[in-house]
Amino acid sequence: MTSTTNTGPVSDPRHVQLTEDGKLRHFLTIGGLTKEVLEEILDTADSFVNMGEQSVKKVPLLRGKTVVNLFFENSTRTRSTFELAAQRLSADVLNLDISKSATAKGETLMDTLQNLEAMGSDMFVIRHADSGAQHFIASQVAPNVAIINAGDGRHAHPTQAMLDMYTIRKHKGDFSKLKVAIVGDILHSRVARSQVQALNILGAEEVRLIGPKTLLPETLKGLGAKLYTRMEDGLKDVDVVIMLRLQKERMDGALLPSEGEFYRLYGLTTEKLNYARPDAIVMHPGPINRGVEIESAVADGPQSLILNQVSYGIAIRMAVMSMAVSGQTQQKAQLNQEQAQEPQDNQNAQTNEETSR
Amino acid sequence: MKLTICGGRLIDPAQQIDEQIDIHIADGRVLALGQAPAGFNPERTIHAEGLVVTPGFIDIGAHLREPGPSYKGNLRSETKAALAGGYTTICCRPDTSPCIDSSAVVQQIQDKVELLSQAKVMPIGALTQGLKGTHLSNMAGLQHTGCVAVSNMRQPIESSLVLRRCLEYASTFDLQVVFYPEDHWLKADGCANEGALASRLGLGGIPASAEAIGLSRVLHLIETTGVKAHFGMLSTARAVEMVSNAQKRGLPVTADVDIAHLIYTEAEIDGYNSQFYVEPPLRSATDRDALRQGVKDGVLSVISSAHLPHEEAAKMAPFAAAEPGMATLETTLSQGLVLVEEGLLTLPQLIERLTDGPAKALGLSVGGLSVGQPADLCLFDAGIEWQVTHDSLFTAGENTPLMGQSVKGQVQFAIVDGEVAFERA
Repeated sequence: MTSTTNTGPVSDPRHVQLTEDGKLRHFLTIGGLTKEVLEEILDTADSFVNMGEQSVKKVPLLRGKTVVNLFFENSTRTRSTFELAAQRLSADVLNLDISKSATAKGETLMDTLQNLEAMGSDMFVIRHADSGAQHFIASQVAPNVAIINAGDGRHAHPTQAMLDMYTIRKHKGDFSKLKVAIVGDILHSRVARSQVQALNILGAEEVRLIGPKTLLPETLKGLGAKLYTRMEDGLKDVDVVIMLRLQKERMDGALLPSEGEFYRLYGLTTEKLNYARPDAIVMHPGPINRGVEIESAVADGPQSLILNQVSYGIAIRMAVMSMAVSGQTQQKAQLNQEQAQEPQDNQNAQTNEETSR
Repeated sequence: MKLTICGGRLIDPAQQIDEQIDIHIADGRVLALGQAPAGFNPERTIHAEGLVVTPGFIDIGAHLREPGPSYKGNLRSETKAALAGGYTTICCRPDTSPCIDSSAVVQQIQDKVELLSQAKVMPIGALTQGLKGTHLSNMAGLQHTGCVAVSNMRQPIESSLVLRRCLEYASTFDLQVVFYPEDHWLKADGCANEGALASRLGLGGIPASAEAIGLSRVLHLIETTGVKAHFGMLSTARAVEMVSNAQKRGLPVTADVDIAHLIYTEAEIDGYNSQFYVEPPLRSATDRDALRQGVKDGVLSVISSAHLPHEEAAKMAPFAAAEPGMATLETTLSQGLVLVEEGLLTLPQLIERLTDGPAKALGLSVGGLSVGQPADLCLFDAGIEWQVTHDSLFTAGENTPLMGQSVKGQVQFAIVDGEVAFERA
């Protein structure tokens, strides 16, 4: 009777983000998505990636739509790239730094959302410190509002993972021949979780996680990765090295003795990079701590793609936003069609969809 | 009131009775079983054909929310919910607001309960002042006013010396101590069972070792102090094994598991359903199976409700930001009957874990229907299906994962001290 029941405020997140025919309508997590959807995101981003060099940097895909950037946690890079992405899609953008406003006045998350919905928003781009917050919000907002996850707790940062996949595909090609190592504070990293899922779905040959055991719990094995505690073993023959940012507060929680020791053991230096394949690429979600997780010579060196990642990030975010809006529109059309229940409605739905584009 | 209940299937595990037998009640006590005494003339006769008649259930550790935030529940709503769930006695938690660390709070609860004349409430007092883990509470005073045990709930007692003193002092008065074993520091900011699932969901994990370490520390001190102890809401296979070993060594320890941990596993939280956010967290299937086996073997002699009512808004938040707990008083019987249907327990065994088990664990005078005992009874229909809705529940708590679902088994009457305190319309 009860063991399989699941009534409550949130339903299965892996289904929440897709329309009935498997199109993206929210973008909450990489988990549960198909290779086709991920490749569609990468391909769509491809069509946007050179826009930054054009004289008119806009397409009208989100014209007339309102995108609200809701950041419950501070962010500069992610928020700016989402803002640029929305603007390049011709959307109206509202930036709200919630960490400093509403919740500080005692407003609950639900109150904040209802207020923003009442303003007629079409999409929320959300960063929140609680894992699963965006799933919760997606299950509560009006059906036509798309939710894009810009990072939730330790759970997921799917647009970051997709821009990393984009970087890898562009510079290394076929995933099935690639060994990828992710290094550093895996325990607290939503980026690493999303990357491991994406790499597995896209068929990478091997995914490795490297770090000291305090930051690399055994329980992560379930994600589909091999765990290494020594850089020389973990980096051996890899094609891609992804470094993670180390938060300074990790020293306080008895997770690490000192930044110096961490750098000596896990900092990416020219010397340690030599364990990897000679043509290996180096990535980092930023912002980087020079001399803590990465040596300047490596960060600025020929193998580093750290700045490319940032510009690809705009294209990926444009891709995800435009796909989610189109998924929402399709779903709305389907709903209308079901409600009308008339044979010629099929045609109408198609027309609706076309006009919305 | 003189009362006869006839035609029902009487199950009284304390007397090993399971047969159709009438029960006669006078002056609030059981007068006779079977044949009515000569000249007995009941004012009311309840025809209980098709019903199971048992001692009223006893719960260890329900939160009745008073004193405290009344929008989450209060003595009126929750003792009514207790009766509707078959409970005639609730040993309520001390972590109210203010907490039950003074005779005044105990008296306040008792006065209100007496006015309500619904389920009986036997408070569990605080083990330390303010549950802060540093100073002994006035245990003798609490016991004198009516506390049946003391507990520090999940609040840590950092110093092992203070803990030892607490146990020595409690044992001076033969006062039972209830523990919810958990290493506060290993728990940290966790909200889910540590493992692959919590890792994938990005939720802070609480390792099973947090329970084992908390338990181990207390077991050593029980051995040296000789205090009588009960462990509440165990959640791991390891804890069941440790309690079993302690019992084999002859230590005076009993234990319970709450109904949610017998029914659900951590798999339920995949999807961040905050209705399944409970403390301790739902664990693995292996743990659940060990808990079930422990209940069957009697290592865990009590099934508790762990009733913790919340308003709807308390769960309307991202998982870790929601408030933990489930409102369970009115559905524990139905979920217990699932265990009977699945063949884990016989019906008398289930009733034993809800009546005689808790009565023996805390040394209470209720929980059986021997002649002369208080006439606290529960009459339920084991086969009837009903819908769990806002309107069908009496608790103020909206937090049950069963909301909207159909369950089997429902209490029809609850009798407290010989009076019909609850009768389902």
